[in-house]
Amino acid sequence: MNLSVEIGKIKLKNPVITASGTFGFGREYSEYIDLNKLGAIVVKGLTVKPREGNPPPRLFETASGILNSIGLQNPGVDAFIERELPFLKSFDVPVIVNIAGETVEEFVYMAEKLDIEGIEGIEINVSCPNVKKGGMAFGVNPDDIFDITRKVRKATSKTVIVKLTPNVTDIKVCAKAAEKGGADAISLINTVAGMAVDIDKRRPVFENVIGGLSGPAIKPIALKMVYEVVTVVSIPVIGMGGIMNYKDALEFLIVGARAIAVGTCNFVNPYCTVEIIDGIKKYMEENEIEDINEIIGSIKI
Amino acid sequence: MKARVLSNRGIASSVYEMTFEWKGKKPHPGQFLMIDCQGKTFLKRPFSVNDFEEEKMTILYQVRGEGTKNLSQMKEGDILEITGPHGNGFEILEGKRVLIVGGGVGIAPLLYLAKKVKAQKLYIALGFKRETFLVEKFEGLGEVVVTTEEGSTGRKGLVTSVVEEMIGEVDIVYGCGPKPMLKALQEISMKANVLCQISLEEKMACGIGACLGCACKVREDKGFSYKRVCRDGPVFWAEEVLF
Repeated sequence: MNLSVEIGKIKLKNPVITASGTFGFGREYSEYIDLNKLGAIVVKGLTVKPREGNPPPRLFETASGILNSIGLQNPGVDAFIERELPFLKSFDVPVIVNIAGETVEEFVYMAEKLDIEGIEGIEINVSCPNVKKGGMAFGVNPDDIFDITRKVRKATSKTVIVKLTPNVTDIKVCAKAAEKGGADAISLINTVAGMAVDIDKRRPVFENVIGGLSGPAIKPIALKMVYEVVTVVSIPVIGMGGIMNYKDALEFLIVGARAIAVGTCNFVNPYCTVEIIDGIKKYMEENEIEDINEIIGSIKI
Repeated sequence: MKARVLSNRGIASSVYEMTFEWKGKKPHPGQFLMIDCQGKTFLKRPFSVNDFEEEKMTILYQVRGEGTKNLSQMKEGDILEITGPHGNGFEILEGKRVLIVGGGVGIAPLLYLAKKVKAQKLYIALGFKRETFLVEKFEGLGEVVVTTEEGSTGRKGLVTSVVEEMIGEVDIVYGCGPKPMLKALQEISMKANVLCQISLEEKMACGIGACLGCACKVREDKGFSYKRVCRDGPVFWAEEVLF
């Protein structure tokens, strides 16, 4: 049975990836699962300098989901290379680094810095809703997406993935801008911008006012956007948003995602990625499917 | 892992004590478990270890929302889904004069601590609003003082007044309770130059240190940083915490 798929130059053992920001740098989850079993690991979003993140509270549980306002807390690109990458390199799993610049120059700087052994891909984060500079501010503007993608593409030999925000009028335009800029793949969706209010204080729960909604609450939105994007681009799409089990994962693959990423579910069940891989295998066995690529994009409309 | 409920009973209004079978790792005092509230909440919820002996784990909890309400209705034989024990727990320094301070349902992790603390002399100060609970389990482990805000049981006033009186007679303070109480413990212990560890609470998603949701502001040489309550805590040296 073949579960392997290709995203740009990256060969994945299977189509199950961890979503940025939900898997740290793999350390915590290595106590629960064998990281070698994963298709790829996308690490927590990195910035040029260490970032403290937003003040608490940072989490708010909603109906079938979580609103978060973490604010890209991370040790910075240098500390990642020095302290986290050696650990990740000890596993046989492709590492994709999510980068979140505040300026175009910062994206280029990080892409150049990360063009080193042990890293297979760069995921351009133009979709974080929880920072004041960069993030989603770029991702809602197709011209910025194009510009950043093109410059990062030139700065690295690695596979370039652009992670899109769903908080736009037409995601197809953004996807096409990334493809035109030279992206090898597109990943979507990042969190849906949302809000929660403390009724006693009559204040927003988060100091930042808005947060990012993830979890099963957003799955139908994500699936629809993946469906829209695969119809307009010819590069591979990594689908994500609320995947909780192998059935959810299969929905994204059937719609046309080449791979899928599991995010919030890692918080609920640290074993979920491996369980999803096993579930996909079982589904293929039961349906006598030899190659995962037979499933990808097989939707009948 | 799955755990079978052995007992679940109310011990005060909206405060429950639940015991279940535990075949997992032995906990250290101050550690916590992530428990699935049987589908009523999306995320698991953190509960500190109240007691542990011979494959029996006990938690103490207050009904606050849908999840804990559902837990309170569980019966003997029901199955829970749990991960843990998580977090660092209290650092136990043997042979010291110890003061354990709890406020309200914050006394939860302190029973197991009191049993394991190996103190030369153990004082236990438990503060409640009005209704007291679990006090009898602490008796015999050390010298127990109870306070209630209106004086309905024990001394009248806040538990921190006991700490102020006793701080000169102890080497280390361990505390868990509401934030204002912990802040007072920090102030009193720092002023008296006495070691103090406090257990913090914050909303959590993963409970294992990956999501960075449960941030706690701590002092650094240059300014501050956010540590993870679930992984770097839940127990912190009081002097490093920035309230």
